[in-house]
Formats: sequence, C-alpha cells, structure tokens
Amino acid sequence: MSDTAMTAPGGHDDDGTTRRDFLLFTTLTVGATGAALAVWPLIDTMNPAKDVLALSSTEVDLTPVQEGQAITVVWRGKPVFIRRRTQAEIAAARSVKVSDLPDPQPDTARVKQPAWLILVGVCTHLGCIPLGQKSGDTRGDYGGWFCPCHGSHYDTSGRIRRGPAPANLTVPPYEFLNDNSVRIG
Amino acid sequence: MSKPTWTNPVVRWIDYRLPVFTFANEQLIEYPTPKNLNYWWNFGSLAGIVLVIMIATGIFLAMHYTPHVSLAFASVERIMRDVNYGWLIRYIHMNGASFFFICVYIHLFRGLYYGSYKSPRELLWIIGVLIILTMMATAFMGYVLPWGQMSFWGATVITNLFSAIPVVGQSIVSWLWGGFSVDNPTLNRFFSLHYLLPFIIFALVFLHLWALHAHHSSNPVGIDMKGPQDSIPFHPYYTVKDAFGLGVLMLVLLGFVFFAPNFFGEPDNYIEANPLVTPTHIVPEWYLLPFYAILRAIPNKLLGVIAMFGSILILVLVPWLDTSRVRSARFRPVYRVFFWVFLLDCIVLGYVGANPPEGYFITVGQLATFWYFFHFVIVLPLVGWLERPRPLPDSISASVMAGKGKEAGHA
Ligand code: HEM
Ligand code: FES
Repeated sequence: MSDTAMTAPGGHDDDGTTRRDFLLFTTLTVGATGAALAVWPLIDTMNPAKDVLALSSTEVDLTPVQEGQAITVVWRGKPVFIRRRTQAEIAAARSVKVSDLPDPQPDTARVKQPAWLILVGVCTHLGCIPLGQKSGDTRGDYGGWFCPCHGSHYDTSGRIRRGPAPANLTVPPYEFLNDNSVRIG
Repeated sequence: MSKPTWTNPVVRWIDYRLPVFTFANEQLIEYPTPKNLNYWWNFGSLAGIVLVIMIATGIFLAMHYTPHVSLAFASVERIMRDVNYGWLIRYIHMNGASFFFICVYIHLFRGLYYGSYKSPRELLWIIGVLIILTMMATAFMGYVLPWGQMSFWGATVITNLFSAIPVVGQSIVSWLWGGFSVDNPTLNRFFSLHYLLPFIIFALVFLHLWALHAHHSSNPVGIDMKGPQDSIPFHPYYTVKDAFGLGVLMLVLLGFVFFAPNFFGEPDNYIEANPLVTPTHIVPEWYLLPFYAILRAIPNKLLGVIAMFGSILILVLVPWLDTSRVRSARFRPVYRVFFWVFLLDCIVLGYVGANPPEGYFITVGQLATFWYFFHFVIVLPLVGWLERPRPLPDSISASVMAGKGKEAGHA
C-alpha cells in the first residue's frame, strides 16, 4: 500500500503495510456497516404498515348465491371470487389429468366443499381481474375465467390452463362458519 | 481559448471569486463546435428545455394536487376547472411528457445513426441510457397520480412485473405497494418519487453535458475536429439555431396543448380508479408501447420481464457491439439499411403494443421482438466486420466545402 521509500509515521510491517493502513481500513469498514444498517429503517418504512397488516377478515353470507352463480367480495382491497359450481363444472375440474396442468394441483386440494370455489380474483400474471363473474362475461376456453389483459385462461377450478400466467388463482385462507356463511382471512 | 478580461467591475469582482463568467464564456460562448451540425443535433438542447418546463409546471401542479386515493382524482379535476390557468399548466405537463420522449427518442436514434456512442463518448452514451430509464420511471409514476382507471391498472400491471423475480418477488411487490395491492401508500410514495426523480435527471443531464464537453460534439461525418477551420463558436451560431428549434417545438407542443390536449391520452383515465374493475384493454402511454410489446411477446412471465428490461439495458453495450471503426452511417452503406429496418421494427413493436394480444399481433410481436435483439447482438458486430465503408473525407472543413449543399441539409 504505502510506498516504502516514504517513512510512514505508523511504522512498517515487513510487507510495507502500516498500522495506519489497518486503522483506516477497520474504521472504513465499521463506518460502512453502520451506514448500511442505518438505511434499513428507511427501506422498512416502505413495507406494509401495522394498520395495513391488521386489515380484518371478511364474513360473507352465501344464502343468495344460486347454483351456477358467482359473487365478488372485497378482502384486503382485493376482489375475492366465490362461485357456486354446478355438477358439470365440478366434474370438468376433476376429470383432467393433474400432471398435464401447467401448475399441477388436484381440484380437491383447492376447495373445502366441492360446490364452493373461493379464489383471490387477481390474475397471477400481472394482477388484472379476470372476467367470468358476471353472466355476460366470457369465461375463456376452459369455462372458468379469462384474463383480458394478456390472455390467460383459467378452468372451473381456477387453475391456469393457457396463457402467460405462471400459477393458478390463489385460494385465500377461509373457513365455513356454517352451511350458509364463510369467513375469509 | 483566450481568457477574457472583464471590463465591468462588478463582473470582474464576482469572476475573481467565483469564475462563473469565465466558465460560461468557455462552455457556452466560445465553446468550439463542429461547423457541420445538422438539425438532428437540436434535440439534445430541446430535451433539456422540456425538462425545465416539466419541473416548472410540475411544481405548480403540486401546489394544488392531493396525493390521497379518495381525493387525488377530484383534485386534478379541480386543477382543470377551478384553479386559474390550472388546465393550461396540466395540459402542458401532460403533453410535455410526450414531447420529452419525442425529443429524447429522436436524440437517441440520431446517436445510433451517426455512431455518436463510439470512443471516446461511451460514458456519455451510457449516462444517456440512464436518463431514459429514469425518465420512464418518472413518467410512469406521474401517470399514476391523477388516479384514473389507466393510472391504477397501469400501476398494477407494472409493479406486478417484479413478482416474476424468483423467491423474493412477492415480498418486493408488497414492499413497492406498501400493502397488498396498489393503494394509498403506493400513491403517496409515487408522488414523493415523482417529485424527486426529475431532479435526479437534472443531475444526470449535468454529468451528460460534462462528458460531452470533455470531447465536444461529434458531427454528421463522424470525424474529429482537427483545428479551428473545423469549428465555429457555440454563440451566436448554435444558440440561435437552438432558439429557432425551440420556437418550432413550442409551436407544435402548444398546438397540441390548445387544440388536441388529449391526443396522446387515454379516455379511460378520466374515469376514477376502481380496484374491482379492470378496463377491457390496458395500454401504457405511447412511449412505453414498444417495451410493453416485448414483454407480451414472450409467453413466460419471468423471461418476458427480463426481455423488457434487457431491451433498454442492451443499449449500454452498443459501443462495444458495434465493431465498425467508422462512426457515421453516411459512410456505412450496409449499416444504414439496417438502421432504417431497426427504426421500422421499433415502430412495429409500438403498434403491436397498442393492440390486444390476439391473432396475428402475437406472431408479428414475436418476430419484431426477435429482430430487435438480433439487430443488436448479431447485426451490429457482423456488419461492423464485413462491411466496406466508403472513404471518409479528410476533414470536417473539407467535407463541407466539397459536398456544398448536399452535406448541409442531408441527414
Ligand atoms: C422529468 C420530468 C417529468 C415528467 C416526464 C413528468 C410526467 C408526468 C406525467 C406523464 C403525469 C400525468 C399527467 C396526466 O395524465 O394527468 C404527471 C403528473 C403530475 N406531475 Fe409530473 N412529470 C415530470 C416532472 C414533475 C415535477 C418536477 C413535479 C413536481 C414538482 C411534477 C408533479 C406532477 C403532479 C402534481 C402531477 C399530477 C397532476 C396531473 O396529473 O396532471 N412532475 N407528470
Ligand atoms: S394480467 Fe392476466 S394475463 Fe396478464
């Protein structure tokens, strides 16, 4: 480091480094570590705050939903799809070979009661809300949902079948309180 | 360059203590500039002026704007209807963003055509790429502020891009949002950053000009200035030329502001954001369309995101991908053809990006994406090796004298 021709005041080691170099190096290291640690609180302010995390769960009354119908409720600022599936839809969801799916998951792992399919209604590609909840909506080639943003098709179990989305629609945590109501979250 | 002796005693007093006058004289007045610059060299200074216009109008908009999900949309409508001249300031800011990109894109393609990125201007070029990236981030966050449907869904789609990152993607996205979806915390931080980033751009522009002035401007024939016969002082020649260009730009910009203020906009953005309804067709602002097309051309989410960012970052490598020793495409018959093909390719990508990803748009988008990267990775190095450039003139001065009339207006 320091030139041997100069007589450094710190005194020399055999290889030409001085005690001063060592002090400089350790001081810089400690300083840099301290600065890096001080940045963390700044970064962490941008993470979800406590009140945001505390967002409550949502209770939903299922009585008005007829077979073949769907409703959308809001949970944590996002839409949640609740669909009361027909026998045909359930059969369609259960007849496919699981290993052929892009994100293999059997229908049974995605529902607690076969008739009620409950999903976070946010496309796993880039976050659009798929169509298929209203009666006039297109439901895509697999009878579930269709995301118009970049063309993802979901089936009657909310599983991705074709398009750029990498994963099935998420199943939120939920619990049936009784036969006619469910708590999401 | 002779150091001037200032006659005005106040100027002399100041200049002795803080040599701003000497500096301005060296860098803006006597500053030797190639005598053969054509109008494509106007767009750098134009972009700089538009940046100043954006900052000025933005500061006044911020005095009336409220960054809250339940008030933002109404506060922008209030700017449009109730605030004195609010409509003018906002329409200049809105259209100014488009013109900022028009200037910078022309500036960039000027660089690609005339080989402005070649040694010793590589860093100058790379700083330029950083400026474009920062501009995109700034414009994207600004577009979220009015909190219309396109604001909200554009923000949702773009922030979700980061969820493609393996393992930590979802945590990064919720960190960007400050919650579980684009919401009030997101709007707040976007406003804060939208205010900050233009000043970062300003700092980058300063570095860009510093690097420029270290080796001076390149020029349409792409050979260096060899002496005083090749240059003219910046003032009055280029100050006047830049002022003329500014006049033309303002005519066009204000033409849009007064007669077609929403030409570049999306009608959907005059509908307040609704987190439960996605518009049938989400499109970003026109200046991001080619990159959006690249994102959608690739059916895999992560690879699509990589390709999109890569399409901008690859510009950083251009000084090394282009292997030709000749700067200007004027003397490169083969490269010149590929340049125009590439420009056309970018326009095709923009057109595909504006349309829904169906039918033949998918194929065209994929072909155009392929060509985009092919141009940089294969065409640039190969043409540089194989092409036989036309003979270069002896000097800037000689080229101006020989090609009278042809060189001056030719681009
Ligand atoms: C690099 C320069 C800048 C660019 C490219 C830019 C771009 C934009 C864009 C595209 C919008 C959306 C316009 C609309 O559709 O309504 C916007 C809005 C806004 N910008 Fe900027 N901006 C810049 C600088 C600034 C600065 C420096 C400030 C503040 C000091 C600012 C404050 C605002 C405000 C308050 C809005 C919301 C009002 C509105 O939507 O018109 N901007 N900006
Ligand atoms: S967001 Fe649904 S396909 Fe892209």
